[in-house]
Amino acid sequence: MEVAGEVLASESQLHVLAVDDSHVDRKVIEKLLKISSCKVTTVESGARALQFLGLDEEKGSLGFNGLKVNLIITDYSMPGMTGYELLKKIKRSSTFREIPVVIMSSENILTRIDSCLEEGAEEFLVKPVKLSDVKRVMNDCIMRGETEGNKRRRVDKRKFEDDNHASSSSSSSSSSIPSSPSSPLPSSPSTAATSSPLHSLKRAKLRDHN
Amino acid sequence: MDFVNQLQRKFIDYSSSLHREGIVDDQFTQLRKLEDENSPHFVMEVASLFFEDCEKLINNMAIALEQKQGVDFKQIDECIHQLKGSSSSIGAMRVKNACIAFRSFSDAQNREGCLRCLQQLSHEYSLLKNKLQTLFLLEQQIVAAGGSIPRVH
Repeated sequence: MEVAGEVLASESQLHVLAVDDSHVDRKVIEKLLKISSCKVTTVESGARALQFLGLDEEKGSLGFNGLKVNLIITDYSMPGMTGYELLKKIKRSSTFREIPVVIMSSENILTRIDSCLEEGAEEFLVKPVKLSDVKRVMNDCIMRGETEGNKRRRVDKRKFEDDNHASSSSSSSSSSIPSSPSSPLPSSPSTAATSSPLHSLKRAKLRDHN
Repeated sequence: MDFVNQLQRKFIDYSSSLHREGIVDDQFTQLRKLEDENSPHFVMEVASLFFEDCEKLINNMAIALEQKQGVDFKQIDECIHQLKGSSSSIGAMRVKNACIAFRSFSDAQNREGCLRCLQQLSHEYSLLKNKLQTLFLLEQQIVAAGGSIPRVH
């Protein structure tokens, strides 16, 4: 209950930045995200996405309108900067690397999927993207945010209490948000993406999707 | 009320025929499901964007194929890729399939083959546009008559 309250109070709606050069696809992804209760900003290129984030000036993840970006979802094949290049720039930035990035592509190419996951992408969605894909991604993102929050709280608790209770594992015991059994992502993205069991797990998820 | 029911029936039948004829596929149904009272014309809006895209890309390809000094097949391929992507996103199955066929001739740098494919693509696009505009007109008639558009569940 405490966890849910804190998540809801601090971020009443997740703000997603969607990047795609196709006007049709931008309209569709915007709709899917809005139905999934997100605030959405759409841009047509990687360069615009970086501008929106203010990456050049490293001012933090505030967009022009001051909204923190909670997730970036980007098309892979775009003229100029590809989604893969955008992903790399974000993950190599000390300010923005914590923002989860999801890649969308019309082509289901294993080497492409692997390189994206290796660079730290959370998920790789095959187009056309469906509502169930978006809901799953948002659920994973919330769960991830929740476990991060719980880690921080457990550390703080230890400072005030000598209680070993805080080091017990389950993060779901105090949560009123239903935990998704299909969300196996560990809470730290930077190590997760490079481990091969996670790759095969994500590839398995993609195979089921097809 | 009877008139509205007739229109709704017509709408449902016409929708089904589009699926049967392969003009649209399941992705179109998925987009329909996203429509609600807040955005009752979402599919129509996406379709408009798609028509714009299609016309622009088909035009660009026609111009590229006409170049006497040599056809830029890389540009053609790029146009096909974009059109395949958006037709897939809206569920325009026959247009998408026409793009897939087109791609193999573009890869082979076969100008004659590409010209035939472009013709086929234009044909599929016209067919889609006519049929969808008929469908959207039915929608508008239902709403004008005070009825609601039958929703997919």
